[in-house]
Amino acid sequence: MGEHHGPATGMTRWLFTTNHKDIGTLYLWFSFAMFIIGGAFAMVIRAELFQPGMQMVSPAFFNQMTTLHGLVMVFGAIMPSFVGLANWLIPMMIGAPDMALPRMNNLSFWLLPFAFTVLLSSLFMEGGAPNFGWTFYAPLSTTYAPPSVTFFIFGVHIMGASSIMGSINIIATVMNMRAPGMTYMKMPLFVWTWLITAFLLVAVMPVLAGAVTMMLMDIHFGTSFFNAAGGGDPVLFQHVFWFFGHPEVYIIILPAFGVVSQIIPAFSRKPLFGYDSMVYATASIAFLSFIVWAHHMYTVGMPIAGELFFMYATMLIAVPTGVKVFNWITTMFKGSISFETPMLFCIAFVFLFTIGGFSGLMLAIAPADTQYHDSYFVVAHFHYVMVAGAVFSMSAAVYYWLPKWCGRMYDETMGKIHFWVAFIGFNITFFPQHFVGLAGMPRRIPDYSLQFADFNMISSVGAFIYGGAQILFLYNVIRTIVAGKKVDDPKVWDGAEGLEWTLPTPAPYHTFTTPPQVK
Amino acid sequence: MAGHNSGADTYYVPEQSKLALALATSVAVLILGASIGLNGRTFGESSSWVLMYVGLLAFVVTLAVWFSQTIKENRAGMNSEQLKHSYVLGMQWFIFSEVMFFACFFGVLFYVRNLAGPWLAGEGDKAVTNLLWDGFQYNWPMSTTPQEAVGGVASQVPANTGTFEGPKQEMKWSGIPLINTILLLTSSVTLHFAHVALKNGKRRPFNMWLAVTLILGFTFVAFQAYEYYEAYNHLGLTLDAGIYGSTFFILTGFHGFHVCMGAIMLSVQWLRSTVGGHFSETDQFGFEASSWYWHFVDVVWVGLFLFVYIL
Amino acid sequence: MYRHAKQLWQLAIFPLIAVVGGFSASVVAEPERWEVNMPVGATEVSRSIYDIHMLIFGISCVIGVAVFSFMFYSLWAYRKTKGHKPATFHDNTTVEILWTVVPFFILLGMAWPATKTMIEIYDTKDADMDILVTGYQWKWSYEYLREDGENIKFFSALATPQEEIYGSSGKNENYLLEVDNPMVIPAGKKVRLLLTANDVIHSWWVPDLGVKKDAIPGFVNEAWTRVNEEGLYRGQCAELCGKDHGFMPIVVKVTSPAEFDSWIGEKQQEATEIKELMAQNFSLEELMERGEAVYQRACLACHGANGEGGVGKAIAGSPVAMGDIGNHIDIVVNGVPGTAMQAFGGQLNDLEAAAVTTYQRNAFGNNMGELVQAVDVYNFKKGGGE
Ligand code: HEA
Ligand code: HEA
Ligand code: HEC
Ligand code: CUA
Ligand SMILES: [Cu+2]
Repeated sequence: MGEHHGPATGMTRWLFTTNHKDIGTLYLWFSFAMFIIGGAFAMVIRAELFQPGMQMVSPAFFNQMTTLHGLVMVFGAIMPSFVGLANWLIPMMIGAPDMALPRMNNLSFWLLPFAFTVLLSSLFMEGGAPNFGWTFYAPLSTTYAPPSVTFFIFGVHIMGASSIMGSINIIATVMNMRAPGMTYMKMPLFVWTWLITAFLLVAVMPVLAGAVTMMLMDIHFGTSFFNAAGGGDPVLFQHVFWFFGHPEVYIIILPAFGVVSQIIPAFSRKPLFGYDSMVYATASIAFLSFIVWAHHMYTVGMPIAGELFFMYATMLIAVPTGVKVFNWITTMFKGSISFETPMLFCIAFVFLFTIGGFSGLMLAIAPADTQYHDSYFVVAHFHYVMVAGAVFSMSAAVYYWLPKWCGRMYDETMGKIHFWVAFIGFNITFFPQHFVGLAGMPRRIPDYSLQFADFNMISSVGAFIYGGAQILFLYNVIRTIVAGKKVDDPKVWDGAEGLEWTLPTPAPYHTFTTPPQVK
Repeated sequence: MAGHNSGADTYYVPEQSKLALALATSVAVLILGASIGLNGRTFGESSSWVLMYVGLLAFVVTLAVWFSQTIKENRAGMNSEQLKHSYVLGMQWFIFSEVMFFACFFGVLFYVRNLAGPWLAGEGDKAVTNLLWDGFQYNWPMSTTPQEAVGGVASQVPANTGTFEGPKQEMKWSGIPLINTILLLTSSVTLHFAHVALKNGKRRPFNMWLAVTLILGFTFVAFQAYEYYEAYNHLGLTLDAGIYGSTFFILTGFHGFHVCMGAIMLSVQWLRSTVGGHFSETDQFGFEASSWYWHFVDVVWVGLFLFVYIL
Repeated sequence: MYRHAKQLWQLAIFPLIAVVGGFSASVVAEPERWEVNMPVGATEVSRSIYDIHMLIFGISCVIGVAVFSFMFYSLWAYRKTKGHKPATFHDNTTVEILWTVVPFFILLGMAWPATKTMIEIYDTKDADMDILVTGYQWKWSYEYLREDGENIKFFSALATPQEEIYGSSGKNENYLLEVDNPMVIPAGKKVRLLLTANDVIHSWWVPDLGVKKDAIPGFVNEAWTRVNEEGLYRGQCAELCGKDHGFMPIVVKVTSPAEFDSWIGEKQQEATEIKELMAQNFSLEELMERGEAVYQRACLACHGANGEGGVGKAIAGSPVAMGDIGNHIDIVVNGVPGTAMQAFGGQLNDLEAAAVTTYQRNAFGNNMGELVQAVDVYNFKKGGGE
């Protein structure tokens, strides 16, 4: 034992690998591919909505685009991208030789390409792809669904299995593989946020599996979970789905919080203001996320007591999230701040995520949600938190750690160009959606009445700009990998802290086979 | 630490493995096959299950190879104490995820019985709903579905889709379910005896108690199969018997499936002990993991017995 | 109390309110282009909602301005290029407690008016009249529940012609927001809406009334409204309900109570006339003409303008339309369970069902030459109900 192999050569390195860095890389590229595909679907949506009237696609196909866009972005792009990050970074951050269960790690990854091949192939099936929205409410997704729903259901099953295994792996790694001296309260925040995220995943993914299983039964085995004629209730589906779905949105954002909490101190050259309170805030958000799910269902006709309970609980989430925001900006206060690309993305994150959080808080107010619900105001809200939140922080993470991963520096000017195009494009796309939403434009419609025309056109233009920014991103990353300036300083950034920066650059294939001692 | 199992001092990271890709591929074939088969059955004229069986076979074989490899590695002394602890954590969190899976269905049962059912019958906050299902009375087990209350499938009321005929009779707790409860609870005890015996290094009693556990477990499964037969043929309690049938079968069905999985896991451990002579006082993770699983399945049954059968 | 608070906030952030809120100062206007804010609406509830909306928006703006000022100030004042040496402080219990507790109290301030409005929205008691609103793929039906038992029921579907949607022909002012038969209610009366759906979940949303409530198949939800000003109020289905979710608008026509009563009278008159018509026999041409109208209204969305199919199977050359008449009537009346093909027996009257069946058997090249009369459907229903 103990001999240090390099990576295997050729294809088998990637197919059979058990190395956390290789698997991280696979996850990252897979998620980027999904981001492009999901983004292409979004472009179809925006092109059709460019002006009133039906121009490019049929209403039926439009619904498939909306559905697949949501599904692919959430499950294919964002979640795997952060799992990829976790794979690369957690072992390096806690001083572990690898993930706790390396073979299972590879399995978690390989299930994903299959799941998404199955899901996307439904586009070519008779009756078309799933067309019931990423939230797949019954009975539109059961009695009235196209046959491809069966493939979709099993796809969700194995995708869920992948997430559960991936999370168990992360939990086992964090709990069991920390280097001597690396106590819980010394772990980098990114590790903390992932530990809590993994816990959320293990808790709610099985519930999603339960939801799709009941759908499968209703469709193929004559049960009546979601059918009143047999004594069931369509709204029951929504409760089960959102019991998963709400924690899911924090699953998306918590690792992003982690990333930002690593990068802001690095470029402020000042320790994070309140480490402990950050940890407690993350835990509180996770706890609250289990008892707020029905804020997605204010209009389904819940009893008023339920309505009020869920409203109060949802509003409470603003408190721990506020603690996070305040901590980030107080970390900047009296620092020595420089504005490299990762920092720019993090600043934009704090700015835009907070705006998205405010619109979230507005949505949380049940009576006002009577007007907001299922309008473009909601669409604006969740793109502010998910695109300017998760995607921006992911961009920041890539620029920040890429030099450590491949030993080459990205081009700062091009990084900045990417940032500004993305920042401007993003806001042009999604800010006007607040307006049309408030003015009464429902979501998930392929065509709209004339008063919404102007803002929609602006929004579409912005979307094309933002899409263009992603091409820049891809170009930047590839250029860095093949032709970036070499760096060999272990500490790529002068303000960076953490075990990963004690390793040589680029990080060797195997690290910490003998654990470091953390003081 | 004794014997060949003494922990290695580095954390063993296998260099490469074909297993993961093989397993993922077989799972993909399995679900493709299942989808094609089910869709053929529901929407088409004929259905083919060949692909599903191919996938299933590949899945089972790969899984078997995978586990035997980890067992070999452990016996070869490649697993450090730390690695063993990773397996422990893995199993514990896996069981936690299973807990949440069942929690979901118990939640469904709770919702249907306390909220949706009464609403449909004109009780509680959404009593106006009864406007649609004139004459529907709520009681549990729901022997008359809302559809039947308004005159069956042909009745032209809105949202009257599907065909649901309530069961003629409910499933009583006092017969087979009670026996099954006793069987399963006893099996948890015998399993515990086996565990104690193993910890004390007494292999014969271990094998014996484990065998007893297995017999109890399989008897449970047999009884449950008989119960299903009864339900379908004499009680009219079927999957399409409305929400009572739906919740009954999803809860007992997934539970039964888990009992089978647990029993298979324990059988493997029994074979490992009797044929292979595996396990020692200190190294018995394969058995321990299976036994945790078994106890978990047992606890779920208690919930089931209470909420599905008795209450 | 909170109204004062609101005014305070509005004063405090006057510039923002002026830009964003100012646009919609006018009450119940036809929607304008470049509209950026929620309509104030025409009901008490819609106005309370608007107030709350502005309140939370205002609070968010104030906090936002404070937070972002602090951030951008720090970024600017402590930039590295200025040569600022980083401080090393961290953790300060007082500050941390403050920024946990203060937001909490701000939230309490929002929860209070929100709770009041919520209770108002749920107060469906003491209504002057009830209307049962049913969502169908992709139209609404309104059934006025009359005390005399002579309920009035009609369907309300999109009236925008296909050419405006797909063609290049100009789009009219109310593009996609116009229906054939609006829901009519009297001004000043409390109207209780009972919402349900026939197939999938829909959601009945009219922004100016401040009402959005899901229509759940098999369950009934309650909502209410009281509009004082006469006029037309437009809205849309707000829950994804399949292909034509974007094409099932809602129009509410608020009239004077007197006008409303005469409208009810007319509707009852119409119902009697249809009953009489049903007893007659019609010629092929007459049935085809009626059938075509029904087809375009009720079937075209799924079966295509030329019977070529789509969500539904093709009618042109269909083995059903060219096969046994009884089976055809059966499908029209009872639908095909488990598919999107609904039971139209309850949606179409017997004459309409007969006409559309005749039409399907004789159009799109299905020249069967057979007639189905209303009485045939009537007899089928009687016989099939057993
Ligand atoms: C990353 C994902 C993410 C995140 C982080 C959030 C965060 C929040 N979301 Fe969002 N949400 C989504 C993703 C997300 N959401 C998605 C995808 C949907 C739509 C799903 C669908 O239907 O398809 C949705 C929909 C949604 C709804 C349902 C809307 C509807 O359909 O009608 C609601 C309602 O309550 C809501 C609320 C909130 C709240 C209160 C937060 C809070 O966590 C926000 C907290 C943050 C702040 C408040 C800002 C910072 C705080 C301060 C500076 C402190 C001081 C502030 C005050 C005291 C005000 N969200
Ligand atoms: C994290 C998740 C995520 C992300 C990153 C995005 C990214 C984007 N989304 Fe969204 N979106 C969702 C999650 C996400 N989305 C969800 C959950 C829904 C709800 C679905 C539902 O209702 O069921 C939704 C719905 C949704 C809608 C509403 C659809 C409807 O209601 O009918 C719209 C409309 O504008 C939209 C637009 C966009 C755009 C323009 C982007 C852009 O940011 C995308 C940018 C990326 C690219 C463009 C790809 C990269 C570049 C290329 C492929 C090169 C080619 C480029 C050009 C030709 C310009 N999304
Ligand atoms: C919401 C969609 C929808 C609407 C509206 C609709 N149909 Fe259908 N229809 C279907 C579907 C789906 C099928 C195929 C059912 C199946 O799988 O057998 C179908 C099948 C049929 C068939 C049988 C065709 C065959 O060859 O099997 C007839 C006849 C028919 N519809 C008549 C009508 C009439 C008449 C109307 C209007 C009054 C109508 N449909 C409106 C969806 C619809
Ligand atoms: Cu009906 Cu959307
Ligand atoms: Cu939520």
